Parts: sequence; structure tokens; C-alpha cells
Amino acid sequence: MKELLKKLTDLDGLAGYEDEVREFIENEIKDHVDEMFTDPMGNLYAFKKGAKRREKKLLVSAHMDEVGFLVHSITEDGMLKLSQVGGIDPRVLVGRRMKAGHKKVNGIISIKAIHLTTPEERKVAPQLASLYVDIGSSSKKQTEEYVRVGDPVYFNSDFIEFGDNRIKAKAIDDRLGCAMMIEIIKGDIEYDTWFGFSVQEEIGIRGARVLGNRVNPDISLVLEGTTAADLPNVAVHAQACAQGKGGVISLIDGKTVYDREIREPILKKADEEGIKWQYKTAGTGANDNGAIHIAKDGCMAFGLSAPLRYIHSAANVLYWPDAEEMLKMAKLFIKESGAL
Amino acid sequence: MLNVLELQKKLVAAALPSGFEHKVADVISEIVKPYVDEVYVDALGNVIAHKKGPGKKIMMPAHMDTIGFMATYIDDKGFIRVTNIGGISAVNMVATPVRFENGVKGIMQIEGKADLASAARNAVAMSNMFIDIGAKSKEEAEKLVDIGMVAVFDTETKVIFNDHLVSPYCDDLICCVSLILAMEQLKDVEPVNDLYYVFSTQEEVGLRGAITSAYHIDPDFGIALDVCPVGDTPAISVPMVVALGKGPTVKIKDASVICHPKAVEFLRKAAKANDIPYQNELLLAGGTDTAAIQKTRGGVIAGCISVPTRYIHSPQEMVAISDVENAAKLLAAAVCQEIDF
Repeated sequence: MKELLKKLTDLDGLAGYEDEVREFIENEIKDHVDEMFTDPMGNLYAFKKGAKRREKKLLVSAHMDEVGFLVHSITEDGMLKLSQVGGIDPRVLVGRRMKAGHKKVNGIISIKAIHLTTPEERKVAPQLASLYVDIGSSSKKQTEEYVRVGDPVYFNSDFIEFGDNRIKAKAIDDRLGCAMMIEIIKGDIEYDTWFGFSVQEEIGIRGARVLGNRVNPDISLVLEGTTAADLPNVAVHAQACAQGKGGVISLIDGKTVYDREIREPILKKADEEGIKWQYKTAGTGANDNGAIHIAKDGCMAFGLSAPLRYIHSAANVLYWPDAEEMLKMAKLFIKESGAL
Repeated sequence: MLNVLELQKKLVAAALPSGFEHKVADVISEIVKPYVDEVYVDALGNVIAHKKGPGKKIMMPAHMDTIGFMATYIDDKGFIRVTNIGGISAVNMVATPVRFENGVKGIMQIEGKADLASAARNAVAMSNMFIDIGAKSKEEAEKLVDIGMVAVFDTETKVIFNDHLVSPYCDDLICCVSLILAMEQLKDVEPVNDLYYVFSTQEEVGLRGAITSAYHIDPDFGIALDVCPVGDTPAISVPMVVALGKGPTVKIKDASVICHPKAVEFLRKAAKANDIPYQNELLLAGGTDTAAIQKTRGGVIAGCISVPTRYIHSPQEMVAISDVENAAKLLAAAVCQEIDF
């Protein structure tokens, strides 16, 4: 699964531009599913037969898109001005290496030099409007040979293993969920299951709405990445979740109240099998469940996430054993929910 | 006739925050069973009570979820951190008595010196508040409260001067009471329309129960019952004509919905024909289940009757009992009219 994650995070898929990621996934899973199709928004659906039929239809999903930027204008001297796609903290942008346009030319996010700033400007974090991407071009005309207005701009950030079992890459949110689903699809499953690779999660869980309507499940399992704020100077009660404690189980977030009647038996079983898990101790954020569980006449929701540091930046950091525990939990869920 | 105070007490004792409506759903199902042909619960926990009739399908939701809290973290000394469920104004919460779903009681307090003056000086937010259940340690607290458990305001339900009712969760349990009263009034009436009484879930977190139940029912018309704020208390920042005791309101608009003029007229006609006092409601903020019904499938004409309520979302909300009863009368009278749209 680690190799899959590397391949997936090396791909680019801004919300609305998930084609590369989807094509990769299609190739990976096509020989292992019984039915596969896409919809006009670009969501990818796959149905896999299990050893048994289930009474309650299960949809397992993860989103293919990532946060990034679109070029909204090109300056006379050939610099790219950006429009944000998804939630990105502008404080983490200056100096970042970028890939711009469909030709993916190299660029750097830059800002005017410190000696040109006013004392007031130095006190506040630079906002996106004051930043630009320098692709080394000498003119607008030259830039336009490589990049057009409306093209996506991505973080250029390699998959790197470092420290104690840690992985750094862009878009681990939510390519890890995608990798996990591919891994599950390639193996044998106990019960029939629908898998959904969704689009446009980062800009308002838009693909998942359609996904929920098309599959109309009784139970939804979303595999996600969530913010681990287990950092210096953050009070323990405000950390939301921590690395090394396993998959993160959602209780409530901005868009979903998760169903206790499905959660508790699964967690009990996980404890019996020694699978590590932790609760998300914050009620903020949201994932595709927010749309799926209220599609049509509604369904039950379960949220399982990887605790990621520096989510929505160029350097998501994952503690690999958490991913392994999360995969065990996802497999357990697919098995146990079949008997509900 | 059913008694408003008694019903409200019964519902308050069982009600829990959004997503945890099963207890109050059981209580309501039991009460309303004699008034309808069938009662069932859907995937999101909505109680749907159906009185079959020949005319148009009318969906009438009142939401049975409340705002409240969920335990997220217990510290070494046994203090419990929570996240809010629904719109909670933190400043209202300082020194509020609370009760967990298993009956464990506590009070909500704020970091630092526990008084409103210092609370006002600091940023008052749920992130620096906690619940004190009297535990001496984490171990002791964990015996009583699990992470993920929900809590509600533990304040009294009582009648004060001028038949004003003071209670937590008038929003929207008092409208569940109105809905039940209307059901009682219509019990032996041959229905003109096909009536779906809905005790909806998760309104406070985004009208979620109404979204799925409206999809399921696929109504021709919707009338929600909810509370609305008033303009008759001191120094109110947003002027509003609605006052306590002058009758339920016919909603014209709020932040979530512009009620279809036909729905407004339909409700006004019923009020006038039956001498039921009503007020016109133009609410600048807030949203109701009406908005969810309106946008269901291909679109639905929908309106709303509100019970004027003071101090909404605080632990002690206030309504006039006459408004609660008149809201029931208005709803019952309205759905006995033929619908020509």
C-alpha cells in the first residue's frame, strides 16, 4: 500500500481536474471489480462482489481531489497570480516549489523582498493576493506558451520517508484513502460492496452528493485524512487527534453526527482484535459523509481518518503505522457491517 | 385536552441533541400513535406519523432535536471538555447546569475566574469552557462519562406569571407540543388531505432530518412548526414586530427561506376564518425545516407557523402558552382546507 500511496501522491488532481488520478485508479482496479463506471462529474464507481450478499448496502469512499490553485491572471512580466482551490493557509506558501499548468513547468511562490516592505506589512502574514508564482519567464507572452489563465497549479512535493516511520508528501489527504480502497479491492472481501472515488471534496463535498444519490447506500464509510494537532504549544484537549494512536473515529463534525449504533459494535470488535483507534476530539471539519448521509432518504455514517500533520499544505506528514491500523479497521468494518 | 406544561416536561426529560433523538422519538411515538394510521422511524431517526386522507400530501415537521454538547476530552482532574452541537452562544453557558444523557449532572464553567465579568474580558468560546461533574480525577470522571456522550441544559420547566412558560428547548419541543395538540384536535376529523406529521431530527445542525424525510414523503405542500425570536424585550438590536402572547406567526421569510405567497395566504386564510390571532413574521436570521422541504426533489410550496419565543438557544427560553395552543389550532384549521395549488 505504501508503493500505491507514493504513486498516487506523485499524481496531480486539483478539485475538478481529477482525471490523472482517476485513470490511474481505473487501471489498478479494473481487473478486480464486477462493475465500474464514472458519472458526469467524474466520480468513479466500482462494485465488487463478496463471498456473501449484504442486507444493508455499503458505500466505501475516499476523495481523489487535492487542494491547490488556479491561475487567475498573468502579469505583464510573466508572473502567475493565483486563485485558491480548497482551504490553504497562506502562511505556508512563500518559497514553495510549484508545478504550473498542464505542462507542469517548475515555479516558485515568491513575494517582494523584505527591504521593500513596510513595517505594517512585516507584522502580518502575507495574503495570497500579494504572492505570485515565478516560472522563470521573461514576459507574459513567454509564460503563455506554457501556462494559460485557468490552468491548475500544484505543490511540487516529493514522497519522502523520514524519521520514525514518517512519510511526507502532498495530497496524502486523501490519496491514502484511495490507496486503501485499491488495496481492499485487490483482495477478497466478505460481502458485496460499492466503492466510490469522489471528486471536488475540498471545495464543498460536491462529488459526494452525486455519489450518494447514485449509490443510495444504507451505510456510508468514508476514508479520510484529518488534522493531527499533536504539536508543541497546543493544549491536549485541543489536539483533535494524535499520531501513533491509530485510525481516527469521527463522533461529530461540521456536517455529520455519526451513528452510535453502528460505531459501538465495530469499535468493540476492533478492541477484541487489538486494532488501534482513537476518537477525534474536535467537532470541526467535515468529509464526504456530510453529503452522502443525507442523500435521498438518508443513511448511517461512519468516519475513519488518518491523523495527518500539516494537512492542506505541501507537506502532509503521515505516521505509517497509523495507516496500517486504519486499513485493518476499514477491512473490519466492511466485514462486520455485512452482518448488520 | 392535552396539557402544554405536562407535555413539555415529558419531552424535555427525554430530549437530547441532534443525532441522539431516539429517546424522545420513543416518547412521542407512544403519545401520537392513537392519532394516526401508522407511525415509523426512518434512517435519520425522524418519526413519521401518517394520517391517511384523500387530498394533497402535506408534510408538517417540528424538530425534536435540541442544541447541546458532546464530551470530547476528560482531563487529569476530571474536568470534561465538550464540543457544541448546534448554535451555542458561549456567553450564555457560563454557570449553566447541564445533564449528560445517562443522568450525570454538572455545571458548565469557563477557564480562569468563574464569573461573567472576567468571562466577558476573555474570549468566551466553547474551547475554553468545560463541564465540572464533581469528579476528583480522570479515573472517577471516566466511570460516569464516556467520550462521545451528549449533554443538555438541566434547567427547569415551569409556568410563571401570565401563563408564560419558561423551559429549556422551547426550540423546538414546544412546537412538537403544538403539533401533538393539532394531531389530537384532528383525531376524529375526517381528513381533507393526506397528513404526514413529522418529528424531525438534526434541524439544529443543518435541517438534515427534514432533508431526508421530505425526500421520502415527497409532499405536495409543507408547513413547518418552529420558534421565532421576538422584538418585545429591552434594547433588541434588530427591530422585530413579533411579541409574546399575540398569537403564532405566519412566516413570510427568514435567512433560509422565502415562503411561497400561496403558503402564506393559505395560513392567513385559516387564521381569519377561525378567529385565530396571528402575527406576520419577517426574520432576518435563522433557518427552519421549511427551507429543506421547499428544495426537495422538483420543489415544494412550503410555509411555516412559528411560536414567538424569548431568549432562544439560552437555557431558559420563554413562550406564552396561548401562542402554543393557537399555533396548534391554526395548523389544524389550515390542513382542513382544500389546497388549490
